[in-house]
Amino acid sequence: MQKEQTFILKKQPRIIGSYTIVGPKEGNGNFGEYFDYVMKNDCFGEKTFERAERKMLETAITGVIQKANLQQKDIDLMIAGDLLNQIVSSSYAARMFQFPFLGVYGACSTMAETIALGSILVDSGYCKNVVCCTGSHFSTAERQYRFPLELGNQRPPTAQWTVTGAGASVLSLDGRGPKISMVTLGRVVDWGVNDVNNMGAAMAPAARDTLLNHLANTKTTPDDYDLILTGDLGKLGSEILIDLMEDEGVNLGVNYGDCGQMYFKSEQETLCGGSGSGCCATVFNSYIIQKLKEGQYRKILFLPTGALLSPTSTQQGDTIPCVCHAVVIENDVDMKAEKQQKKQTEKQKEDYVNKQNEKKIANMRGMKNKSIKSTKKGENSSQGV
Amino acid sequence: MEDKKRNEMYNKYVSAKIPKTRPWPTLFNSFLVGGIICLIGQGINDLLMLGFPNLSQQSAWAMTLIILIFIAAFLTGIGVYDQIGKFAGGGSIVPITGFSNSITSPSIEFRSEGIVYGICVKMFTIAGPVIVFGVVSSMVVGLIYWIISLF
Repeated sequence: MQKEQTFILKKQPRIIGSYTIVGPKEGNGNFGEYFDYVMKNDCFGEKTFERAERKMLETAITGVIQKANLQQKDIDLMIAGDLLNQIVSSSYAARMFQFPFLGVYGACSTMAETIALGSILVDSGYCKNVVCCTGSHFSTAERQYRFPLELGNQRPPTAQWTVTGAGASVLSLDGRGPKISMVTLGRVVDWGVNDVNNMGAAMAPAARDTLLNHLANTKTTPDDYDLILTGDLGKLGSEILIDLMEDEGVNLGVNYGDCGQMYFKSEQETLCGGSGSGCCATVFNSYIIQKLKEGQYRKILFLPTGALLSPTSTQQGDTIPCVCHAVVIENDVDMKAEKQQKKQTEKQKEDYVNKQNEKKIANMRGMKNKSIKSTKKGENSSQGV
Repeated sequence: MEDKKRNEMYNKYVSAKIPKTRPWPTLFNSFLVGGIICLIGQGINDLLMLGFPNLSQQSAWAMTLIILIFIAAFLTGIGVYDQIGKFAGGGSIVPITGFSNSITSPSIEFRSEGIVYGICVKMFTIAGPVIVFGVVSSMVVGLIYWIISLF
């Protein structure tokens, strides 16, 4: 069912598996303990950073299929994208696998774009299991969009740090996990910002547009969500979004957060925070999914933004068009209660096994060692004296 | 028209909101590091004059520049120069060591694309404008000098 830009999913596909892989700097960040795999160095055993990015995506895809307890033949479609020209990392990673591949580009919003597309396809019944994947690499993005790594220049205070990492999730109708209930596809918004070192300010209007649209179409308010999570607006961009929403009479309170802003610790010197398609992909597929499963969050609005620029367009002085897609993820299963039940049944099982073992041991002792018993009795009596 | 107005307003609002770099500490850092680099250069020059008494001042200067360029290229290669640059800003860009860094860093970066299309083509992506402006301005100054010398 479609309401303007919002798709309300009837069957509500579930995220039955998620996997993340990140670089060492990201591993030391605020979400370090939640990632599935932290690389020891940025090269990942490859000759070039581009190949490292490819390998990261491959690892994430194989990892997520394994984590969802599926085989390669169970996957009907993979939707993936990344930041490099002609989305080479995704396409090259896809040649390793035997399922169909759709390449998409939504810059830093790619994770939401793949999940939105995937969930619509799964919901419509055309696909059973869909893999959604995206990633980015600091060194490849830096070389494509900015300067060589070893150049001794200073970054402006509004600059952000491209996250080295990849995240993947599997969407399906059968299986357990948080479900996707609504999807809002965003319009391209351009408010005339042309500073490439200030992506947060360029992308905030896109987030505003999609958020307003989503709230109006679904007749919800920010308070209906446990968490409203933008992708990589950064410190400055998220402040701007709060201001912009306030102008529209919508208050974003404590339940609003931004992946990029929260990603790194302040001593890691990333200025306005993390960015890149890997930023929200890794946070979403690790921390967010885990907290949804644990029951800390019940309903989340996930709306990463993407700046759709190229180095050529910025050199020619064009402004930065941006897009933002929103996905609503809900957790209907009371995972805490389920966990407790699981624990209880496991305990019962253990108790039963232990009792049986004890019985066996007692029988054995009774059959074999009467003498030990007698000596023990003797010891006890002597102790008593 | 309305969009244009809104964009103008928004850009104004953003530029007011951007965190500003504090000028005095950054100026001090760049002054400090730039000064140290010049001091090292002078030291090398004096040592050369001491060690080779027959060396003319002109060739001592040339030797000093070559040594400074080598040091900066070496530091770039082992990944130290960008750390200095992060701290010093203009202090490590303006001296000749910055020029050396701006040629070495893309050479390292694009080595993976091969020697001809990688290193040789990309070597001057950052330093290219400096060379162009250097050559053009020296031509202009030479022309002015020649015109003045006519009278």
